[in-house]
Amino acid sequence: MTGVDSHTAGTTGWEYSPAPERTRVAIKDEYGLFINGSFCAPKSRRRFDTINPATEETLSRVAEAGPADVNAAVEAAKAAGPGWARLKPSERAKFLFRIARRIQERSRELAVLETMDGGKPIKESRDIDLPLVAQHFFYHAGWADKLAYAFPGRTPRPVGVCGQIIPWNFPLLMAAWKLAPALACGNTCVLKPAETTSLTALHLAEIFQEIELPPGVVNIITGAGETGAAIVEHPDVKKVAFTGSTEVGKHLARSVAGTGKKLTLELGGKSPNIIFADAAIDQAIEGIVASIWFNQGHVCCAGSRLFVQESIADEVIDKLAHRMRSLRIGDPLDKNTDVGAINSSTQLKTIERYIDAGGDEGAVLHEVNEQPLPDKGYWCRPCFFTGVQPSHVIAREEIFGPVLSVMTFRTPEEALARANNTPYGLAAGVWTNTGSKIFEIARKLDAGVVWCNTYNKFDASSPFGGFKESGFGREGGRHGLRAYVKF
Amino acid sequence: MPERLDIIKTCKLFIGGSFPRTESGRSAPVHDGRGRVIAHVCIASRKDLREAVESARRVSDSWADASAYLRGQILYRMAEMLESRREEFASAISTTTPLTPAKARREVDASVDRLVRFAGWTDKFQQVLGCQNPVAGPYYNFSVPQPSGITGILSPDAPSLLGLVTMISAPLCTGCPVVAVASDSTPLPAVLLGEVCATSDIPGGVVNILTGNRAELIEPMAEHREVQVIAAANLKPAQRELIQTAAADGLKRIHLLEHSDSSWLDDDAAASPWEIDPYLDTKTIWHPSAT
Repeated sequence: MTGVDSHTAGTTGWEYSPAPERTRVAIKDEYGLFINGSFCAPKSRRRFDTINPATEETLSRVAEAGPADVNAAVEAAKAAGPGWARLKPSERAKFLFRIARRIQERSRELAVLETMDGGKPIKESRDIDLPLVAQHFFYHAGWADKLAYAFPGRTPRPVGVCGQIIPWNFPLLMAAWKLAPALACGNTCVLKPAETTSLTALHLAEIFQEIELPPGVVNIITGAGETGAAIVEHPDVKKVAFTGSTEVGKHLARSVAGTGKKLTLELGGKSPNIIFADAAIDQAIEGIVASIWFNQGHVCCAGSRLFVQESIADEVIDKLAHRMRSLRIGDPLDKNTDVGAINSSTQLKTIERYIDAGGDEGAVLHEVNEQPLPDKGYWCRPCFFTGVQPSHVIAREEIFGPVLSVMTFRTPEEALARANNTPYGLAAGVWTNTGSKIFEIARKLDAGVVWCNTYNKFDASSPFGGFKESGFGREGGRHGLRAYVKF
Repeated sequence: MPERLDIIKTCKLFIGGSFPRTESGRSAPVHDGRGRVIAHVCIASRKDLREAVESARRVSDSWADASAYLRGQILYRMAEMLESRREEFASAISTTTPLTPAKARREVDASVDRLVRFAGWTDKFQQVLGCQNPVAGPYYNFSVPQPSGITGILSPDAPSLLGLVTMISAPLCTGCPVVAVASDSTPLPAVLLGEVCATSDIPGGVVNILTGNRAELIEPMAEHREVQVIAAANLKPAQRELIQTAAADGLKRIHLLEHSDSSWLDDDAAASPWEIDPYLDTKTIWHPSAT
């Protein structure tokens, strides 16, 4: 690469001074399970460490819920169900509004905690996750007393106890996506955060206490896969909502078969991001950055397959390399950090295995970001591959890391055929300044969310969820309510 | 010896717009109320099912891309063709089921009306089920329903005609092609419905109708990678579990209908937008708004 290098901050010339976020968060030495409105020690007597993936320091010890704990949580939710469902809907709404307000009031603390426990840059947890978390509760609060208008001709009723299992990439946001619609529709919940990112959900439980949410309406229990399986299999759980891998999603679909439980799944993706020659290239480059390097690529809808029209491929690749070189990697609590820590050592190994596989299969790795990485913690430099064939593992499987596969195409038909050639169908991006083309491509992409001339935008009012093996059901917007009511 | 020997109809499958025999070379007799054999129907095999799905796949894009107005006219055309054969259908039902001729006529009339009802839905459900979303930023954001894809249908034993008509017209209305397995016990109306489809401008392959053993076809249908949606009516619990287990690996959408005799007849219960929704996936599209 020539020419552009001399302007690059970070590698030559300018250095940024550290700009750490200094808000202190009171993290307890250990956390119990939040059942029936209070924190209690696990009957399992087991606990596990939760660490800061940027420093490998232990932050706290978290309870591992065993079968008896799961049962207690489900019992509490079941007992609270009739009262919560009978509550005047406008009063139910007010509880959710209160939650939204307390989240806003405690937002910096929660953002810092999210960054410490999960590794994402503070500018993302502060400016994206937390505002969306509050918005989800605020948005759904308003639905509680208007549900009949959401389902013309039907009388929606609550489903019952909802078992909700969420991933580690957007811990508090996923908790909000699950809890807010369930509560608005009059259900009670047992929520299990991912084992590496339990802390913000437990602080959310404190908010539930503060706003005097009736005991048992939300129960938050921590643990790993076995705890999740016990929730899913509990006979009093009437609805299962899961966000995570397609493999686990298929397993859950089999395990609820014949039980009559309602199921929604928000699973993996290998989303295409298509750049046409007539796109605004500089904006598209920013879109690529947002699509694959946002949250270290730990995003189910990450645009991990980039399709560039052949005539602009060299320009896009040059500009992308330049932009990638300027990304600041490191301390997630630094306000200038663009790429934080990988969530866990397990995930780092998975990503590294894929990067090796890409090279082994003959793709060309571009890893031009030369910033020094911290000594401790789990780090992966953002990178992309060129020379990728559709059959390569890195073009087919979800990596869940900051690794982009760049491919080229000639015609819109080819772009569409290749974009849709995957069992996944979660999201897609398309970049062109031709209006008619953008609508045609958006219509024909097999994806639940299509970002046109933008990428990775989220909103509480905007339904999210996949086609094909990316799952079924929607979260957010009017459509998201459907999973939490029966007629 | 009778004065004139009856011509007993050979009932065939309806696949890809034509009427093949089953490749398995098997058939089963259809009896009237007095136990007399009045016809034979094919016992479709797994291979026939795969052939039907393949036919559906070939027209999957073109049916989804057909204008909603056109799909409405084609469904209405089906109603016209069924209307003109009401007596024949009523007789097929009353001859092969315990229903009285009057009740059989009522079922046929309801089936014609059901097709008309869905013909009217083809260009309206998008407005009822889709919406614009008021996102907090300078974006146009809208959610549009799109057809989920090839739909496998296990229709009920009763009402044999109205159940099948209801279950194929909902996905057809959205733009999904269908592969339907008729009732085991009362297949004749389904066979006749294939003939209605063949004469109603439905492109070949958009509707495929198989007769035979439902139990034999449940699993291959639920496992088939090209089938995106499974709709099944009035199943036994064991069959429900079988379908949900077999469909898990493909993460298919599953719609289980539970209707009583009266709710099948009720448009609000059986032909509302909430009966169209299971054949749709919602796509949400974002675009910046700026100068």
